[in-house]
Amino acid sequence: MAIDIESRTSVYDEEGRAVEELVLNVGPSHPSTHGVCRIIAHLDGEVVTKAEPVIGYLHRGIEKMAENRTYLQIVPLTDRLDYVGSMYANWAYCRAVERLAGIGVPERAEYLRVITCELQRVASHMMSIGSTGADTGAFTMFVYAFDVRERVIELFEALTGSRLTYNYVRPGGVAADAPEGWLDDVRRVVGQMPARLTELDRLFFGNTIARGRLKGIGVLDVPTAIAWGASGPVARGSGVGWDLRKSDTYSLYPRFDFDVPVGERGDAYDRARVRLWESVESCRIIEQALDQIEPGHVKAPGLPRLLKPRPGDAYDHIESARGSLGIYLVSDGSPRPYRMKVRSPAFCNLALLPLLAPGHTMSDLVVILGSLDPVFGEVDR
Amino acid sequence: MSGLLWGMLFGLLAGTAIALAALFGVWWERKVAGRIQMRFGPQEAGPAGLLQTLADTIKLVLKEDITPRLADKRLFRVAPLVVFTPVAMSLAVIPFAKGWAPLDTSVGVLFFLAVPSISVLGILLGGWASGNSYATLGGMRGAAQMVSYEVPRTLAVLSVVVLAGTLRPTLLLGRFQWWWLIATFAGFVVYLISSIAEMNRGPFDLAEAESELVAGYFADYSGIRWAVFMMTEYGSVLAASLFGAATFLGGGWPFGGLLGVVALLVKAVLITTLIIWVKWTLPRMRADQLMRLCWTVLTPIALVQLLIVGAVVPWL
Amino acid sequence: MNIDELREHLCATYPDLCPLFSIEFGDGVLIVDRGRYWSAAKDLRDLGFDRLGMITAVDGIDDFEIVARLTAREIGAHIFLKTHVPRDEPAIETLTDLWPAADWQEREVYDMFGISFRGHPDMRRILLPDDWVGHPLRKDYRDERIIRRPDYI
Repeated sequence: MAIDIESRTSVYDEEGRAVEELVLNVGPSHPSTHGVCRIIAHLDGEVVTKAEPVIGYLHRGIEKMAENRTYLQIVPLTDRLDYVGSMYANWAYCRAVERLAGIGVPERAEYLRVITCELQRVASHMMSIGSTGADTGAFTMFVYAFDVRERVIELFEALTGSRLTYNYVRPGGVAADAPEGWLDDVRRVVGQMPARLTELDRLFFGNTIARGRLKGIGVLDVPTAIAWGASGPVARGSGVGWDLRKSDTYSLYPRFDFDVPVGERGDAYDRARVRLWESVESCRIIEQALDQIEPGHVKAPGLPRLLKPRPGDAYDHIESARGSLGIYLVSDGSPRPYRMKVRSPAFCNLALLPLLAPGHTMSDLVVILGSLDPVFGEVDR
Repeated sequence: MSGLLWGMLFGLLAGTAIALAALFGVWWERKVAGRIQMRFGPQEAGPAGLLQTLADTIKLVLKEDITPRLADKRLFRVAPLVVFTPVAMSLAVIPFAKGWAPLDTSVGVLFFLAVPSISVLGILLGGWASGNSYATLGGMRGAAQMVSYEVPRTLAVLSVVVLAGTLRPTLLLGRFQWWWLIATFAGFVVYLISSIAEMNRGPFDLAEAESELVAGYFADYSGIRWAVFMMTEYGSVLAASLFGAATFLGGGWPFGGLLGVVALLVKAVLITTLIIWVKWTLPRMRADQLMRLCWTVLTPIALVQLLIVGAVVPWL
Repeated sequence: MNIDELREHLCATYPDLCPLFSIEFGDGVLIVDRGRYWSAAKDLRDLGFDRLGMITAVDGIDDFEIVARLTAREIGAHIFLKTHVPRDEPAIETLTDLWPAADWQEREVYDMFGISFRGHPDMRRILLPDDWVGHPLRKDYRDERIIRRPDYI
């Protein structure tokens, strides 16, 4: 990215000295934009005075494509929304379809959904925490976090055959029952996880330099978080105890005993720590689910081959790793949805960047962006 | 005339030594980093992956040498050499054994501390001449950082110089006594930290900061010129490790002769490993934190160290 | 708070909004006129709906339907606020002054449907390039690059 000397704006300070503002194009292809995002950063020396995200580089028109497919054909599309946590969009979409078409889900399928989605939360948070490490220059942290993520991905590979886009949750249940011994594997992996997460905590969050880099960076206060519709760890890092699993509980979550970790200061450190604690809580949920799960069907009986929900609209949401992920479906009675809207938490959280970045240095800009944890498949859709 | 010949010969030797050290250094770093990250590191090319770096070097040499359109072409091309040459020069005064250094001069310590500072110019040039905002930022950061860290580094080395009472590295090596290890330990730590900052390596690699500035001052370099920058990095690791081992750790002590040289090299490799270890464990600091560390922590420690040594010397 | 309590609460506070309230798939829906949209949103915010989940639009061929989903965290209730915007004059008041969260979402609606929001601080396209022609999520959007999937059903 070359400096366009002409485009540099010359301004004068009170004493008449020429002050040059450097306009830096961060991205769309930059190691720390976590995908294809461009940030137009105005720099005064090292200090960011204005940061404007430019998004849409990954826009594939999934909402338009959905209008052209049957309800079942859309499930693979939802995989491509949040490609770090495909299970969530699967589930949110299926919940909306089930609500629209009035489909009940067998209990075993719900348990499998909870187990996979909580595993997905661990995997997704590891991506986020690892890239927080990579953003601050601790690449070893990234590798350690990815080691944890890899265990989960291996489980998903055994369950669904895919490592990234699972297409597992289907309207009325899940694609297939867990293979023999899979639940035992989950128990084994989840049993090892808290120790690994503690190790990560000590390796990174206990480090003086890491604390110095994350604490007090990108402080988001509670009124702003609520007014700007922040959700997920971004809101909880600020102390907003808003977790759909608790406050607007769905599926089997009332049956599990778990805590919703919240931060105090709302800085990048708290957001990252909240993700780590949440992963530990997810392990608790998975262990309880493994204790409770019973054999049974994984697909609602009597599902039609072609879903034709009655006309109307339905919205349903789940708590994804990034926040409240909602799908709004409008049906006109035909086999294809009339309109599908994805309420993307990453999109809403990313809108906070212009608020959080000014006043911090260029080094902090990437940390703040990382702490918002945007996944551009979901931001751009 | 013989001085010129000797100089040329040494230049050739130093260049080869740095190239070899860089080859070994990159391999060693990859191996150590691999172990730290639960990986194996390179293991396919050659025994234990030893030839991996050579293969990479061949690839780098064969790559196209790109000069960006907006770059100041002459400065852009000369910058890698301005960075590399002083580092290579600084190797000349390192005392490998008692009484022997490639360039045995009475101001050797000063030479070692002063000459690599010229690299700052090259970093600044490279950053500016690229015509790239990231590179400019990286160059500025690098310059600010290297100029600042000169101070604690020099003060730390000064404590050994005061103990030895000479600026001639070969004499300094000869006068080493075991209790200097304890007396100058704080100085050694300061020297090590500020040397890491001087050579722009993690956790002080703000000038290249791949996650913020992509690669900082050498973002636009490719092929052989980029390789020269990389070689400079390993050259400075080598120089700092050797010099640290020679001044603070007593060089070949407790051995003499050829065994002493081996001991010096082992100590240098240990210091190198420490530098690699630090880089692959710690996150990067921010510019303001870096400066705070330099001026409020390292410089006072170095000064106190100098004070203690200065108080001890009259009683010797 | 369940949906019936929400209805009572709403009717007690704002009697004029009461007949517009209905329940669809277990969600409260409030369909208002275009002129009442902003003030209804304000009333709802004063009622405790402090969080704007999403704003989107649906192309209803004759007109556009604006759908805003609001959440009251304190009382644990959700509501849909809907209104209709005529096709020949696609414009409506912005909600950014009530919930800043509407900022990007309204830009997206503008981008995809061409509905402009009056009073929005930065009414530009957000996902598509600035020079894009047309608004893709409109049902009458045509682009020869769109490949229609063969009808297997």
